[in-house]
Amino acid sequence: MNIDEHEHVIEVTDLRRVYGGGFEAVRGIGFSVTRGEVFALLGTNGAGKTSTVELLEGLAPPSGGRVRVLGHDPFLERAAVRPRTGVMLQEGGFPSDLTVSETARMWAGCTTGARPEAEALGLVGLGGKSQVRVKQLSGGERRRLDLALALLGEPEVLFLDEPTTGLDAEGRRDTWELVRTLRDAGTTVLLTTHYLEEAEGLADRLAILHEGRIATSGTPAEVTAGRPSRISFELPAGYFLGDLPPLAELGVCGHELDGRVVRLRTRELQRTATRVLAWAERAGVELHRLEVRSASLEEAFLGIAREQEVRA
Amino acid sequence: MSGGTVTWAPARRRLRALARAELTLLGRNRGVVFVALVVPLSLPFTVRPAIDQLDLKKEGLTAGAVVMTAAIGFSFLFAVYTSLVNAYVARREELVLKRLRTGELSDAEILTGTALPAVGLGLAQALLLCAGCAVLLHAGVPKAPYLMLLGLVAGLVLSAALAALTASFTRTTESSQVTAVPVVFLSMMGSGIAIPAEVLPDRIASVCELLPLSPAIRLISAGWTGRLSAQEVLMTVAIALAWTVVAVFAVRRWFRWEPRR
Repeated sequence: MNIDEHEHVIEVTDLRRVYGGGFEAVRGIGFSVTRGEVFALLGTNGAGKTSTVELLEGLAPPSGGRVRVLGHDPFLERAAVRPRTGVMLQEGGFPSDLTVSETARMWAGCTTGARPEAEALGLVGLGGKSQVRVKQLSGGERRRLDLALALLGEPEVLFLDEPTTGLDAEGRRDTWELVRTLRDAGTTVLLTTHYLEEAEGLADRLAILHEGRIATSGTPAEVTAGRPSRISFELPAGYFLGDLPPLAELGVCGHELDGRVVRLRTRELQRTATRVLAWAERAGVELHRLEVRSASLEEAFLGIAREQEVRA
Repeated sequence: MSGGTVTWAPARRRLRALARAELTLLGRNRGVVFVALVVPLSLPFTVRPAIDQLDLKKEGLTAGAVVMTAAIGFSFLFAVYTSLVNAYVARREELVLKRLRTGELSDAEILTGTALPAVGLGLAQALLLCAGCAVLLHAGVPKAPYLMLLGLVAGLVLSAALAALTASFTRTTESSQVTAVPVVFLSMMGSGIAIPAEVLPDRIASVCELLPLSPAIRLISAGWTGRLSAQEVLMTVAIALAWTVVAVFAVRRWFRWEPRR
């Protein structure tokens, strides 16, 4: 038996996807996910997240490169992979005229070793909606129904394409809690998201996709390491950017002016913050909308987009 | 335990689950149910006066047999074909087919399971029509029931396969009212549904024999009258098989599982 099968539940090598019109959505990416890990694909709309996940789910063959899920090709060896995976697509996919419980019953009949439908619906808090038609559900409830069905077969590997898009804050938190519980029980989860806090809070490891390529990957800490922190505030009335102390002296490594709002990037957050505040104190001005943030995924994300723009 | 039962049991369970959901959906689509039930049961009787004008005796036909054959043909077209075009397109546009493909069902199971309720409805109608015509129109009993059975199988399978093929190039359920017209019209005119094939001019009839639903209608009609030689039966079955192979190949090649973006 191949040890790799157990180490790497998902393996992707030099993966490419070209659509009929010639558009290259995925341009040679590679990563692997080990058992029990939550892996996030992060990116803006059009970065190639869904195109990638659909190849992992086995909905289409790759145009190039290789995908292995649980040691199998998910497109060619569908029957070997499907009973062990759960999938939540980016968008619904349930007949609008069936009720929640009819939908769950249908899906359970198509799933090996399905848990009771009521239990799956209960997991996502839809227990009370079982007699409601799918078309009468809210967008968030539909996402939760989709998640419930992905969990019906107690899958070893779970693919979640933007699982919390359209959910309210509470629903989002519930979903995160559920994903953590599943991970703790040994489920491997691959999710896509464009919410930075979701990736930061949930993922053991992540990859940031940009225009079909992986711009950076690693643990959230690794990805944010080496990224500058940020300070922003509104310039006091009558003051201009030039009225601040010289930016180099503040330890600032980059800045932007957006209307009246100044954004400073720094790798020495404490020094820069202290000097900016000391200057304001001396000048006797109040800094409105003051924000001080250490390096975050958001900064990494925006930084990547900026760097790519410069290159282009 | 034999290997066969191990692999077939889950497939049967999946088909049953999908067919049950489809049956529920069919029952909730009033427009489709109305057309599927009313057209095959009423249209043949409206064409009956025209049939009475025809010289059926010369062709060895009875009015009852002609009406019943027409009715079963209408059932293929309206209970099975058009209602399934509608179902396949609706499921695809709601991303249901895509979602099903992420699960354990094979592609063939998805298409079959979706078709089962409509095919079942068509079969039930055909049997009901046989019984009804035999009693009400004194059409008598079929002289060659096995031909009739063969015809029913060919007609139901081809109607479903043609529906999947039509759905491949139909973008919305509304446009299916247009894209389904060629098959419906050609079959009604040329396959012996609205006009008995026996009364068509010979040269046209020999071309029309090659239409997809012609073999099925011919076998059903012959099942009633018993007027088909063994050679003709073989020829007719061969045409039906050829169409089935072509349709299956075409569906595998062209069926669209997702909406166009």
